Amino acid sequence: MSWAGKILRVNLSTGECRSEPLNMTWAKDYLGSRGLATKYFTEEVDAKVDPLSVDNKIIWATGPLTGTMASTGGRYTVVTKGPLTGAIACSNSGGYWGAELKFAGWDMVIFEGKSPKPVYLMIENERAQLLDAAEIWGKTVWETEPAIKTKHQDPMIRVSSIGRSGENGVLYSAIVNDLHRAAGRSGVGAVMGSKNLKAIAVRGTQGVSTVKNPKAFMTATKEAKKVLADNAVTGQGLPTYGTQVLMNVINEVGALPTRNHQDVQFDGAKDISAEAMATPRATDGKAHLVTNQACFGCTIACGRISKIDETHFTVQNRPQYWGANGGLEYEAAWALGAANGVNDLEALQFANLICNEDGIDPITFGATVGAVMELYEMGVLTKEQIGIEAPFGSAKALCHLVEITARSEGFGKDMGLGSKRLTEKYGHPELSMSVKGQEFPAYDGRVIQGIGLGYATSNRGACHLRGYTIASEVLGIPVKTEPTDTDGKPELLKAFQDATAAFDAAGICIFTSFAWTLNDVAPQVQAACGDEFTVENLTLIGERIWNMEKDFNLRAGFTRKDDALPKRLMTEGAKTGPAKGVVSGLDKMLPIYYQVRGWDEEGRIKPETRKRLGL
Amino acid sequence: MQKSLHINADKCTGCLQCEMACSFENYGIFNTAQSRIKIFDFHHTGKKVPYTCTQCAEAWCLQACPVDAIRVDANTGAKVVNEDVCVGCKVCTISCPFGTINYVQETGKVQKCDLCDGNPACADACPTGAITYVDANWTGLEKMREWADKLGNQAGA
Repeated sequence: MSWAGKILRVNLSTGECRSEPLNMTWAKDYLGSRGLATKYFTEEVDAKVDPLSVDNKIIWATGPLTGTMASTGGRYTVVTKGPLTGAIACSNSGGYWGAELKFAGWDMVIFEGKSPKPVYLMIENERAQLLDAAEIWGKTVWETEPAIKTKHQDPMIRVSSIGRSGENGVLYSAIVNDLHRAAGRSGVGAVMGSKNLKAIAVRGTQGVSTVKNPKAFMTATKEAKKVLADNAVTGQGLPTYGTQVLMNVINEVGALPTRNHQDVQFDGAKDISAEAMATPRATDGKAHLVTNQACFGCTIACGRISKIDETHFTVQNRPQYWGANGGLEYEAAWALGAANGVNDLEALQFANLICNEDGIDPITFGATVGAVMELYEMGVLTKEQIGIEAPFGSAKALCHLVEITARSEGFGKDMGLGSKRLTEKYGHPELSMSVKGQEFPAYDGRVIQGIGLGYATSNRGACHLRGYTIASEVLGIPVKTEPTDTDGKPELLKAFQDATAAFDAAGICIFTSFAWTLNDVAPQVQAACGDEFTVENLTLIGERIWNMEKDFNLRAGFTRKDDALPKRLMTEGAKTGPAKGVVSGLDKMLPIYYQVRGWDEEGRIKPETRKRLGL
Repeated sequence: MQKSLHINADKCTGCLQCEMACSFENYGIFNTAQSRIKIFDFHHTGKKVPYTCTQCAEAWCLQACPVDAIRVDANTGAKVVNEDVCVGCKVCTISCPFGTINYVQETGKVQKCDLCDGNPACADACPTGAITYVDANWTGLEKMREWADKLGNQAGA
């Protein structure tokens, strides 16, 4: 076992909360979290559904290792159809909320319908009820969490909620838990808001007692933790420097997308790097970074906790922002910084903090700022339209834009569309650095070929977390491949994509894969769930999950032409760095990728592949 | 020779491995709600602080118990609750100045840290050394060593 064996189904239209037994056949085939929730979702929801309509559903799901002593076993996933992309959306978060849901005795919560008025779901072990959210609607995440705890007189409640952006339909709204952790991408928060669902509050005191073989589980998890501790990345690099350690590394490789992907190196990279985070400031003599922090069960502890400079223009006379806060992580530092040419670390932290406070995906937000700044420099958008002068490098513009986006005020409404719709609106769709409507993360997809192919083929739109080939192409994990080579990348990417799906489905953090392979994961899942979860089976489950997601997208209307990169990456060579002149070799890699996947030349899943995977 | 649980909050990351290890050791379940050690997360400072029973030499809980349900383990020095004797009157929870002995509604008894018979699961599970189990007479040894290092080895000290 190790699944709770129970799912909670909430009909927001009628207000009914119902317990159902978990479909154990599906649990064996899709494991949990991302896999199992997507199975439920794709079985129950028409792929053509309007993401923001009453007919879309949204699922919060844990994995079998969530809430156990497996390192990083605290993850949960939100699955729905994404409003930013129209594709399957699947967003993963850490913190403590996922384990709390499992401790309350639930594997997942499925929401359907739409509430006639703002509500939040309160779960206390087996008891679940929808409660009036009138008092917290219109509030930020940081106001919502303490308000619910105070109302129920229980500081140990965990909350997963949206801020104002989710209520206002910002298409890349995140769902935030434990103040600083987020199911960040694909706009899952906007779906939550469209259903008048403000928050899910959980208190679980039943724990996880369903591990199949506790003794073997304790042995397997202990050994796996040692692997993490002994590894240079998970044992030293990530706890000391966080993901931010990548800033200077990726800049040197010449793959740090800068000023809306016009450049691949940023001269301000050092100012927004992990090293800068740890350097005392001239103003107050204190380092930006306060400490590192773990999510539930995590023995890596890569999370950053920082304090913003109290004299910085963003927070003068705003003491509510002077406390310790989450960030900066690499992706946010890149998207809010290099992507816009901004090198003011305090401004980045402020923008990041607003993203946490009101539930915004900093990657899509930052990339949208990059597009806006390029449109501004071209003269397409003016100061009057934006509300501020917005050239590349303007920290003031960045911080102005984040606040009006959070509140959906004025030009903030346009910002809330994301770069694809915004650039289309202003006549320059080629300036959106996105795939399927979702913006690129922090690695240049024309210089690092494998990740470029990964962006083009990711089922939830451009994403680094669906097949992190950077591990191989830059860091040499498990073997070093040349970033600019296209040969072998389709095979490499498929292996990463399938394994990642299995990690996600288990309920653990993908960052463990810097040190772990499925050889380290399988013994833990086997001890928890059953001997059948061998490395081979987990690999197959991963591949099955990938194809299930792809199948949904095909039914939603996506075709080969959606597995594409923007013109800029295909035709404008890298201007500087070791890969100067390089453009994406996607045209060469994509047909091979389809073959390796067992798909036809149009990217449709072949019948024999369906049969092999049991789809 | 007795040992003590020694806590260095600066090293705590808030992973809760200790809480799960505690509940697993005592109840065979992963459940932070049943842990006898608790991590407090102070968001405004970023500090995480583990807290549990310090095994007072003259224990208030032991003195207050009207039925002598709390006894001293001669080997470890732990103050241990005998559930067969405890009547759940909760006087110990009132007398403890630190709040580290608590009533459990499911069992009708109180629970507190018993040092796991001299092999504390929390210390074993802590990945950062924030919780260690050290010579009871030398809980300050590591701090002394750090200062000695500063004084003896580092320039300008």
